[in-house]
Amino acid sequence: MLSVTNIALIPLIPLASFLLLGLFGRKYLRENSGWIGTVALLASTVLAFMTAYNYFFVSGQVNGVYQKLIPLKITWLQFSPGLSIDMGILLDPISVMMLVVVTFVSLMVHIYSLGYMKGEERFATYYSFLSLFTFSMLGLVLSCNIFQIYIFWELVGVSSFLLIGFYYDKPSAVAAAKKAFVVTRFADLGFLIGILIISFYAQTLDFGTLIERLTTPTPQLHSIIATSFLGASALTWGLLLIFAGGAGKSAMFPLHIWLPDAMEGPTPVSALIHAATMVVAGVYLVARLFPIFAMSCPGALEVVGYVGAFSALLAATIACTQTDIKRVLAYSTMSQIGYMMFALGVSGYGGENGLGFMASMFHLFTHAMFKALLFLCAGAVIHYVHSNEMGDMGGLRKKMPVTHLTFLVACLAISGIPIFAGFFSKEEILTAAYEHNKLIYGVALFTSGLTAFYMFRLYFSIFWKKEFNTEHSDEHHSEGTWSMLTPLILLGIASLVVGFIPFGNFVTSDGEKISTAVNVVFSVTPVLFAVAGILLAMSFYQTENNMAEKVSVAFGEFYRAAYRKFYIDEIYLFVTKKIIFNLIGFPSAWFDKNVVDGSVNLSASLTEDTSELSRNWQSGRLQSYMLWFLLGLMILAAVFVFF
Amino acid sequence: MEIGLTQILFVSCALFFIGVYGFLTRRNLITMLMAIELMLNAVNINFIAFNKYVWAGRLDGVFFTIFVIAIAAAEAAVAIAIIINIYRNYNSIDVEDADVMKF
Repeated sequence: MLSVTNIALIPLIPLASFLLLGLFGRKYLRENSGWIGTVALLASTVLAFMTAYNYFFVSGQVNGVYQKLIPLKITWLQFSPGLSIDMGILLDPISVMMLVVVTFVSLMVHIYSLGYMKGEERFATYYSFLSLFTFSMLGLVLSCNIFQIYIFWELVGVSSFLLIGFYYDKPSAVAAAKKAFVVTRFADLGFLIGILIISFYAQTLDFGTLIERLTTPTPQLHSIIATSFLGASALTWGLLLIFAGGAGKSAMFPLHIWLPDAMEGPTPVSALIHAATMVVAGVYLVARLFPIFAMSCPGALEVVGYVGAFSALLAATIACTQTDIKRVLAYSTMSQIGYMMFALGVSGYGGENGLGFMASMFHLFTHAMFKALLFLCAGAVIHYVHSNEMGDMGGLRKKMPVTHLTFLVACLAISGIPIFAGFFSKEEILTAAYEHNKLIYGVALFTSGLTAFYMFRLYFSIFWKKEFNTEHSDEHHSEGTWSMLTPLILLGIASLVVGFIPFGNFVTSDGEKISTAVNVVFSVTPVLFAVAGILLAMSFYQTENNMAEKVSVAFGEFYRAAYRKFYIDEIYLFVTKKIIFNLIGFPSAWFDKNVVDGSVNLSASLTEDTSELSRNWQSGRLQSYMLWFLLGLMILAAVFVFF
Repeated sequence: MEIGLTQILFVSCALFFIGVYGFLTRRNLITMLMAIELMLNAVNINFIAFNKYVWAGRLDGVFFTIFVIAIAAAEAAVAIAIIINIYRNYNSIDVEDADVMKF
């Protein structure tokens, strides 16, 4: 049975641990705070797995269709009888799947951080922030109301900001945190406006009612489609603005610039927030509103598809040129999220049409496992080498056997080599793309080759290439404590086996099962692309040679542009500093200083002048008052007598 | 020359303006209180004189005079209480010293 208390406790336990560690951690719990946070999250994870088991195998289905269940709903702000902001829990296949992903990856990161962050001055603060993030993310996936999701959406943004800026004595970390916050906040403005547009026409904020009203022919649907603005219907605008919010969180082009910089945070945080969970919130949001996208507004869905495909390709290209290993992983994350987005974009609703939806969620699930693993491995490497640069690494395979093996598993998984998790999900995505949009399919195929190339470039540069130069660390340095290796092994196993989950049986667009047999003939092409990418990377980077330089010189200007991330950051700076600051910022500053402040100052100085004039009348001298009084009296007397 | 209303009014008028002069020129609060008494007494003389010469046979002016004397006594009591308080606060009964109630 699904117990409401158990489900409600899943987000509430991390909240309790956040409050406990945040309030008392620094003074009283210093060394123990890691354990407290980890045990609390373990409890959450157990509850989440129980809930998932109950939902998928016991009570979630009615006649073979997974239902949307709302076990808890508290009306919080009631605006009118039909319109209220509720706090509640919505269980459906995607939210239950996300529960499992978030709690599991978060638990791995908590355990890993016990070793990785050991000896950190603000250890307790770190764990309280992690708990806050986990709470917000769980609240986000369980939201039953579009405004509730917005509240938690901002909360994950704040916790992401806090964790990126965790090393606040580093100016680059502070700048990165600010950048992440401002860019996502800017995107969230679009999200908010989108919510307002949609809820204005649909007259509800509740997901269930919203989807029902905007997918069946109701007066609300007619009115929102009939209203048009700048050539698109209000529905299209609303959905696109909501997607803009999602694109900001999920680092889709052109709002992706914060993600690579966000790597300034501690590496376990990058694994949790900027790889596995928070950055897929945008995908989750589109999936949550998917029926509206698919059934009422295919145009907006097409935009989602093209933005996703373009981001995937762009990020993969940039990833091939970066030398900071965390940045390579960040761009690879962006590229994989692009996959999830365009998988949604090429999907239809219901039955076999919903293959893309299912593939997207499947990829979200497998990606969380292997990308978290990649980041945690990178963390172990950075911990060992004390550098983020590829050039300082090489030949680590003998020094760090466990990391080497698990990293290899993750690389094979992300490249889509058969039997590893990524193969199955990527296969479904490519099938869906092939059936609906050949252009996106081509982009995806090419990108999967690039993915294999840059991942193995990373792998060979870290673990092969040259003998490890021991200057950078002392010889007795071990690979890592058990707390760092256990999560690697667990996630490694997950990256191997999660692909075999018959995902189509559980998570589909309408809750009905779809069959997902792997088509061997179809999968030959993508696997060939991946193998080609791997072989290319192997020939370039397995031993020290100058082939990679030659190729980069051959690409010339294109290589330089990709290395500089296609100058997107510079374009942003130009637009904000030169155009927005000069054309809008300075005039409004002038207006504020001279007109707004000026009018306030004017009324103040008028009052002051008047009081300067009149204050001498109140001299405090009794006799002069009396004299004036007498004078007045005499004038009055004269008036009465003579007139 | 018989003393009539005019002469008495001259006296009361002189008395009144002596009071006004005293009130405006003296800085000592007690002296100022005395000046106020002078003005009140000028009014009393006016009442009695008008009662006798203009409205003989009625007692309204006399009654008013008695009222004024009674009220002047009460007023003197209150004023002296105030003056004592001023003295306690400023160690002086100079009206120029009690000047905190200005802008």
